[in-house]
Parts: sequence; C-alpha cells; structure tokens
Amino acid sequence: MKPQQSAPKGFILFRKAEEIGIFCLNAWRVAVESIGLFLETLYWIFCGPFRGKPVDLKALFQQMVFMGFDSAKIVFFVTFFTGIVLAMQSAHQLSKMGGTIYVASLVTISLCRELGPVLTALVIAGRIGASITAEIGSMKVNEQIEALDTMGINPVRYLVVPKLLALFFMLPILTILGDAAGMLGGYMIGVYNLNINSGLYVQTAFKFLTVKDIYTGLSKSLIFAVIITMVGVYQGLKTSGGAVGVGRATTISVVASFILIILADCVMTGIYFFVKI
Amino acid sequence: MPNPADPILSVQQIKKVYNGRLVLDNVSFDVQRGEVFVIMGGSGCGKSTMLRIMAGGVQPTSGKILFNGRDMSAVKGDEREKMRRRFGMSFQSAALLDYLTVEENVCLPIKEHTKLDPHIISIMAQTKLNLVGLQGFANFLPDALSGGMRKRAGLARAIAMDPEIVFYDEPTAGLDPVVCAVVDQLILDLTRKLQITSIVVTHNMESVFRIADRVAMLYQGRLLQVGTAQEIKNSSDPVVQQFIRGEIDGPIQMS
Repeated sequence: MKPQQSAPKGFILFRKAEEIGIFCLNAWRVAVESIGLFLETLYWIFCGPFRGKPVDLKALFQQMVFMGFDSAKIVFFVTFFTGIVLAMQSAHQLSKMGGTIYVASLVTISLCRELGPVLTALVIAGRIGASITAEIGSMKVNEQIEALDTMGINPVRYLVVPKLLALFFMLPILTILGDAAGMLGGYMIGVYNLNINSGLYVQTAFKFLTVKDIYTGLSKSLIFAVIITMVGVYQGLKTSGGAVGVGRATTISVVASFILIILADCVMTGIYFFVKI
Repeated sequence: MPNPADPILSVQQIKKVYNGRLVLDNVSFDVQRGEVFVIMGGSGCGKSTMLRIMAGGVQPTSGKILFNGRDMSAVKGDEREKMRRRFGMSFQSAALLDYLTVEENVCLPIKEHTKLDPHIISIMAQTKLNLVGLQGFANFLPDALSGGMRKRAGLARAIAMDPEIVFYDEPTAGLDPVVCAVVDQLILDLTRKLQITSIVVTHNMESVFRIADRVAMLYQGRLLQVGTAQEIKNSSDPVVQQFIRGEIDGPIQMS
C-alpha cells in the first residue's frame, strides 16, 4: 500500500472537495428531513383533532411538568448568577464614567432581549434536548418505535406532538423566570454592593425597558423551543447502533441544538436590528 | 368474504435490496389460514426482513404480498392502517414501552383505536393477560419482569386487537429451555384458541419442530425449501440438514 503523503496534490484536493460535497449533501438531507418531521408534527397538531386523534392532554401535562417545573431550579440558578456577573462587570466599566446607576437598566435590557432567552434555551437544550434524544433513541434501538408503528400508532403524533407543544408553552415561561432571576442577581449587586437605593434601582431598571425588549426575547424562545424539540426528536429517530448509538445521538443533538440556537439568535437579532419590527 | 381454503397471506416474488445489498431474492410462498408457519434460517439470511415486509412495516424493492387476496402495496392511507391493525407483532425484545405498566401497554392499541370506556378496555387487557398467564402482573413496569414474562406481555399486547395474523420475531431468543417450551406452548395455544395464523421467525430448531405446521428455510436471501415440519426434517438438501443438526462441516460456511 502506498503511503498517503505520496498521493498527488491534485488528488488530495479532489478528496477534500469530495468530503466537503458529501458534508453539504448530508447537511441538506438532514435539513429537509427535519423540516419534513416538523411539518408532520404540525399536521398532527392541527389536523389530528379532525381525524379523531386530538392531542393527548395527559401526556402534554406530564411533559410540561417535566420540561417546565423540573427545569425551573436550574434555569433560576444559571440566570441568577449570570445577572450577578453582568452587574459586576458592567459596574466596573460604568463606574469609570460615573454611570453606576445604569447598571440596573443594562442588566434588565440585556437579560430580556438576549441573555435570558439564550441562556435558558441553552440550559434546556442540555437538559431536555438530550433527554428527548436519549428517550426516543433508546425506544428506537429497542424496537419500541417500530412496535408503535406496527400497532398503527403514528410515532410522531404519539411521541413528538406532546413534547413540541409542552416546550413551546414552557420555554417562554422559563425565559420569564430566567429574566426575573437575572434581574434579582443584578439587584443584589446593585443594592448590597454598589449601594444603589433599592427603589431607585427598580425604577431605573424598568425606565428604559420597552415592550419590544420583552417580545423580542419571548419570540426568540418560541423559535428555540422548536429547534430544541425537533433536533432532539430527529436525532432520536435516526439513532442506530445500540447504547453507543444512543450516546452518540445525544451528543450530536446537544451540540447541534447549541449551534442552531446561537445561529437562530443571530438571525433574529439581525432581523429585529435591521428591520424595524 | 375470503374463501377459508385460500391462503391468508401470499408472498409473491419478493426482492429486497438494502444499501446495494440483495437481502431477499425472489422469495415466494403461501401461508394458510390457522397454521403455525415458521421461517427459519441463519443469522443475516433475511428472515426478519421477510417478517417485516409481510407485516407491512417495510416495503419490498419488488414483488407483492397478498393479504386475503388483496395486494397490500395497493392499499394506502387510513385503509392501510386499518389493514395493519389486523396484524399483531411480537418483537424479539418484547418492545414494551418502559414508562407504561404491563396493563397500560396492552391497553395502548385498544385505547388508540377505539372509543371504548376505560373500564372496558381494562377488562379486555386483563383477559389478554390471563391468556398469556400474566394475571397479577398488570401493574408491574416492564423492567420488573423476567425475559420470559416480558415476551408474554408483548404477546398479550400483540393479540390485544384480536388480530388475524400474529408475527413473532425470535420469540424464544435469550430464554432458558423451560421458558422456551412455555412460550412455544403459548404460541400453539393462542393459535388454536383464538383461531389466528401465526408466522414465526426463529433459528431455534427445538422450537421449530415443536410448533411448526409448515416451515420455510431461507438461505442467503433465497427460499431453499418450504414444506411440513416432517418434510423439512427428512429433507435431502445438505444445507437444510447441516442447519437442522447445527454441524460445523457442510455447505454453510461461516465468513
């Protein structure tokens, strides 16, 4: 066998181009299949009731408790500490200009527009996205998805619809909780460390906050909910190769969710920035 | 109304290609109503794929399956779903949903496809659990059951909708000889009592000759022989004989 370094340069370039081409084709296939899966989920949400297959409210409630209530603590702590860090860092800079009081509005607006939705989504992608992939992936390798299909039960309707709806409802609520927790962290630093009067801090915090700041953040969380659920479900349904396959799919799911959340955030911020909505 | 003498399932020139590899090559046979039909063959010979094609879960590359004389591939949408509800499937791993109790697993297809009162559905599930000897285990989660019990629970779920055909994928794989015999007896009992047709995929030779009315032997994706259990036992084909006896030397070579 010829050593690889002796291969002609043109050949190596050709191989690289081929690899890039295969990667692009795979990415395109994944995108098309994921969108197809999302459309099928929407079909069952809106058309299911007319076919005598309404959303299973018990499953929806269970998912909402699991995704929302059980995630509240971790979201609270992550955003609370972020609020503290944000207040300390901004105070350090603003104090040089004598604008320490503006720590309040900076923390509030940063959290509502950006950090609250993104951090909450990243936490949920790690916790819920991974769990969705692991659950559906292990069902796939243990023939349970096939069993549902054999029983004439559509796996998308039975498994995916309650998950998508639950996260769609719960992620904005968790985001509001995250915003509030971050603001509380900022308040603690502002009042107890920077010695800003409590009433003045609260007044300044909300002085520059507009309705747009709130709805841009919450609208992002709705998109993030769709990304987390559909990436998790897609990777779960594509799982193969036993326990190792489940682990691999879960890792891919979390990494892909993180990248897509940041990408979607960038695109949406761009839209809100350049288009005056 | 189908003629009782006609085959319930007719497999006609089925070919299946997976990732460029020919898994099934021109396989044809009939399954008669009310019989226990066993498909046997070595690992990777395509028997599980054959079972899934017959159950309507996998599309063949070419060829057709006639169920009660009707081409299954010509039936689409809701009608196809209704047709598939006349089949039950028992999986190698039992495939019970982990987060549901045994009774909830058995209730699942009934709950999904009927508008019956939950109390009635529960009674129906209990009846099926009694049939497989799992009375008293209704509220157990699958994890708390032994391998044999899980298989029986999977079987109870497979017969929940009173199917015409039950497909069994390796029903005795991973079970000790006594539990194997219990599961085999259960397959025979259910076939006779419920007047269903059983199609079993296995490579457990003891099971084959204990339960089979007729046997099809698949080898390298092709149908080697089909006949009664006795005919297969007395086959002059060296591949069949080597497989039945489990001998190392012979035409079947391990790669």
